[in-house]
Amino acid sequence: MAYQIIVCGGLAPDPLQTLEPVTTPTGPGLKNELMLPNVFDPWAGHALYEAANLAKNQPGSTIKVVSLGPKAKLQQVMMTVAQKLPFELIALDGPGGGFTDAVSVSKALADAIAAIPGFDKSHALIFGGWESATRGAGVVMQMVGERLGITEQFLAVDELTVESDGALVIKERVEGGKHQISKCAAAPAVLAWATGNLPEPPNHPQTGMANMRVMMPALQKAKPTALDAAAITYAQVALPAVTRQTRIVKDVPAAEIAAEIAAWIKQ
Amino acid sequence: MEKILVLLHTTDEGALPKAALETIAAAAALGAYDLGVLGANAAAAAQSVSAGAAAVFAVEGVQFAQSRYATDASAAEAIAKASGAAVIFATGTMRFNRALPGVACRLNGACETHIVAIEPDLKVHRWYYRQRMEATLSRTARPWILLLEPGAFESAPAAPGAAATPVAVTVETRTTVTGYHAPNADQQTIRPDAQLLLVAGAGWTKKQKDGATHTPEAATLILNFVQKTQSSLGSSKSLVDLSGEGQSVLPFLSHLHQVGQTGSSPRHRKGLATCCHGEEPHVVGWRFINDRRAINLDAACGWSRGKADVLYVADSFEVMRELEKLL
Repeated sequence: MAYQIIVCGGLAPDPLQTLEPVTTPTGPGLKNELMLPNVFDPWAGHALYEAANLAKNQPGSTIKVVSLGPKAKLQQVMMTVAQKLPFELIALDGPGGGFTDAVSVSKALADAIAAIPGFDKSHALIFGGWESATRGAGVVMQMVGERLGITEQFLAVDELTVESDGALVIKERVEGGKHQISKCAAAPAVLAWATGNLPEPPNHPQTGMANMRVMMPALQKAKPTALDAAAITYAQVALPAVTRQTRIVKDVPAAEIAAEIAAWIKQ
Repeated sequence: MEKILVLLHTTDEGALPKAALETIAAAAALGAYDLGVLGANAAAAAQSVSAGAAAVFAVEGVQFAQSRYATDASAAEAIAKASGAAVIFATGTMRFNRALPGVACRLNGACETHIVAIEPDLKVHRWYYRQRMEATLSRTARPWILLLEPGAFESAPAAPGAAATPVAVTVETRTTVTGYHAPNADQQTIRPDAQLLLVAGAGWTKKQKDGATHTPEAATLILNFVQKTQSSLGSSKSLVDLSGEGQSVLPFLSHLHQVGQTGSSPRHRKGLATCCHGEEPHVVGWRFINDRRAINLDAACGWSRGKADVLYVADSFEVMRELEKLL
């Protein structure tokens, strides 16, 4: 079974960066946002690696990545992601970050997917992260699926296997460290991935060069995309008060420390 | 105040999840509300908590007993239309996190998840950038579905009331739920309701004072602690990644255990970190832990200083060996 795998993924600030909210004329943003190094959103990244694995095992499958963000940032991030695996980029040039409206984002992504030449819904698997590292809401993929008329949807997916009859067996995370196992008769389906089980593929410079030859024109033609800036009114965005008065217990025998911890646990 | 609907689901066994009463309490604090329940045994479950509700709706039947997007979304959509509420409070379980954003799209509304507080004028609080900053926001789009984070609100007492009006729903789906995969009870190490979270860091797998690694002993100490205290086990990303790369590390750890920037931010009353390093990305996983302690060899560790309440500068192996004797 050959699938049209479409991975939706945005950009997120490098997790090691310190983030500070600021007020901008268009709403809340991050201090020095344009200067912050970005990465491909971690959960979307897992979705992409799972897509590559599926495409490898299902000959004839294709991977397209639909990404919304500032064009310059997209180019910077894709230079790295492109070295991981072969895919085609559909770039949308618009605002990124966590404070954008998820409803508008879902509409932009769904419209871009529906406009892909040769898009065949009956063979489509729409992948993405279950949440982003920015907004972290976990709502966009479901809305994209609804707009495309796909009502077989799965959230927090850790495993997908395709059976010989084309049925999809999917493991989704549920509460308590368990997985729910479902069988979906066939595509189309939306799968919002958690971490999956695959490691990050190593960089492959030849793949990167081949990808970038196609991506650069795609980036230059990135469709300008406006989001509804008035959809959400932010009254406040603030950092939590993180400083605690840490009591340091040093040069104390392990037995004494253990006794103190045991008493604390029993409180 | 705009009309509010409290939307709940039952578990596979036909009971309401613990967080259902928290959702009811959050709505009751703002005024009158309708109640809707979907899932197995929904009508009886709805009646068991419907004392404060102006109207009560239920969708039940074999098809709606299990957690599945197509059926849950159709049932929730039908209840929302039957109520006509402008604001929908729902419990932020995985089942509703999966289904309700799509329902918001069907109803041409909006959806906010991980809500941790609601002000009387319907400004809601939620975290952004993986629990690194908190925002207070509102929307004009209606219906507005608010998924409330379990554990973030006080519970209401369960008081029975009026019987539910059944809502008829027809839906077709190609998905069948075939079961669950869970570790054996004696190997269960993720317990969302536990008082204590133990977080194991990558230090457990590093060379110790004698120049050798002691991974099997680390595994025994950690598992014994978790089983004896019935605590929940979390792990840092670096330790989970080592397992994922095929190294023989701590075999019981998976990505499900991961806390932090790319993991979860669980809610427990107490947290004990062992052999953990790292600053902001790590603290993210501890955002909702009230009482934090850490065992670490580095007294100047940036993660512990100012972020833990107590830092024990000690060897985790030694402390855990002693703890094992006491527990």
